[in-house]
Amino acid sequence: MLSSNRLSGLIALLLAAIVIGGCSSTATAPVEQQEPVSEPPVAAAPVAEPEEPSDFADDGVTPIDANGRPLSRSFYFGYDTAVLNPADLAALEMHAQILRRNADKSVVIEGHCDERGTREYNLALGERRAEVVKSFLTSAGVRSRQIETVSFGEETPADPGHTESAWALNRRAVLSYR
Amino acid sequence: MQRIRALIKTASWVLFAMMLAPGVHAANSLDTIIIDRGVDEPIRIAVVPFAIDVNSAAAAVELNDLPNPSDIIAFDLARSGQFDPMPRENMLSYPSQSQDVFFRDWRILKTAYLVIGRVEAVQSDSMRMSFELYDVAGRRQIRSKEYLIAIDQWRDAAHQIADIVYAEITGVRGAFSSKIMYVLAQNSGTPQARYRLEIADADGQRARTLFSSPQPILSASWAPDGNRVAYVSFETGRPSIILQDVDGPYREQLTSFRGINGSPVFSPDGQELAMVLSRDGDPEIFIMNLATRKLRRITRHRSIDTEPSWAPDGERLIFTSDRGGRPQIYQVELATNFIERLTFVGDYNARARLLPDGEHLVFVHRREGVFHIAWQDLQRDNILVLTETNLDESPSLSPNGSMLIYATQYRGRGILSVVSIDGRVKYRLPSSVGDVREPAWSPFLNNVVD
Repeated sequence: MLSSNRLSGLIALLLAAIVIGGCSSTATAPVEQQEPVSEPPVAAAPVAEPEEPSDFADDGVTPIDANGRPLSRSFYFGYDTAVLNPADLAALEMHAQILRRNADKSVVIEGHCDERGTREYNLALGERRAEVVKSFLTSAGVRSRQIETVSFGEETPADPGHTESAWALNRRAVLSYR
Repeated sequence: MQRIRALIKTASWVLFAMMLAPGVHAANSLDTIIIDRGVDEPIRIAVVPFAIDVNSAAAAVELNDLPNPSDIIAFDLARSGQFDPMPRENMLSYPSQSQDVFFRDWRILKTAYLVIGRVEAVQSDSMRMSFELYDVAGRRQIRSKEYLIAIDQWRDAAHQIADIVYAEITGVRGAFSSKIMYVLAQNSGTPQARYRLEIADADGQRARTLFSSPQPILSASWAPDGNRVAYVSFETGRPSIILQDVDGPYREQLTSFRGINGSPVFSPDGQELAMVLSRDGDPEIFIMNLATRKLRRITRHRSIDTEPSWAPDGERLIFTSDRGGRPQIYQVELATNFIERLTFVGDYNARARLLPDGEHLVFVHRREGVFHIAWQDLQRDNILVLTETNLDESPSLSPNGSMLIYATQYRGRGILSVVSIDGRVKYRLPSSVGDVREPAWSPFLNNVVD
């Protein structure tokens, strides 16, 4: 009879094989080659590791799509609102997939506002924006302990200008992986 | 004609401000430019250049960098909008001793009040600054006083004289010796960003840095004794509330909960600090007892509750909430937790402060998409818009309640601006080295010199 340890080890191995198989079939993703193991493997050793390279660029924190292109990490909001743009949902779903597949990765969601309105109210509005992205991710199956939110309000604009187009770039939530 | 006179006056005060300004003090000092002169019939006063008799060569060199005390005093009085100080070139004589005062000369010039004074060396490192205030029509001395000062107390003594003159004539305590605190932001939105928490004299001079960081600083407020300040710093990458001495070494990170740590404001007795924390899921108002560090939650609503401010009696807080759908000002009675909405005009009213009388509010008010500072009478509900600029925010009252300082934009720059509570006097305080914002006017401070 197999011990439960050994059994879970086998399942993990099998899962890893499926993931690697799935990725290598797309061919374009730059998959780092594992050194072939020369010694007879210990059951617990080759778990987890192989899946990371497929979802992140070499720096380990830039999420990439199946074609190796960096995923969009900034999502924009209308004036004085914290409602996700329907056009962003597909990209956010890809972030959710990556976080589900990479349970060891975490993400910080920054919420930002344009300069209109008071600074402390904007801190609260920025937090709402970060939280709405967080709820999307958690309802898509990401563990909430993988997600941190922080609001910068209007304090750190992406564009320091005072025009409508600068403001549109500043009303944003930004995902940073760790 | 009236208009042209006003223009000429304005121009001469801009020049005067520029005369006072040039690089004499810390590079970060603010310029002060009067743009609107206030009441129709300001009180006419002559502040005669003080006679300066300092024989030590070393002191004379340092004195070269300082304006005559009369310039500091006249500029203080002019900024109140209630006084019209006479330009020195219009004076017929420059008396500095009582026996040289000829009231007839000053009556011809239609001056109601006269200030004379002098500075004399006492020892190598100290001097005596003294003044006399006269009622010209009554031909009598109202007040005189002398101060023993070190050279770095030159401006303190001059502002204290302005406070006395203002109080003797108007009956209202002067606030020219008070300070302003603000945030100086350089290169914000770039990797070279630098944020400084600064304290300067009320006229923008003698700015010094309390704290500097590559991460944002905001929401600075004074303890009622003027010895400590609280503010929000992102120095750890997240917001936290910092408590710090103005002159001493003490500095402490008071809160760093998950989420927002914001809007710290001292209670009128200095024992408690109201703040905003979102550690329970959404921004709520809390009160911390500063001795025990115990937190008491005040609001309970799944909406934004933020920007608390104390009523002068310490028994109520006013705050901003969007519980009704749009941000409006509410009031909570601390004994009963009874909550009442205070603003009803417009769809964006936020960051309110109560006047010292507890009966009037100043706050950020959006009208036709533009952000102004407005004033409201709580008894009668009428609103008066005090400022005509855009993106106006962070109103803070002078300790005597006569003026308010706020942050606004001018030619793409963040500047501070001051308006009298009747809306008639206006002056600007730009910085030549960055954006200035988040002003907080100090309470009355202890006199530096006696």
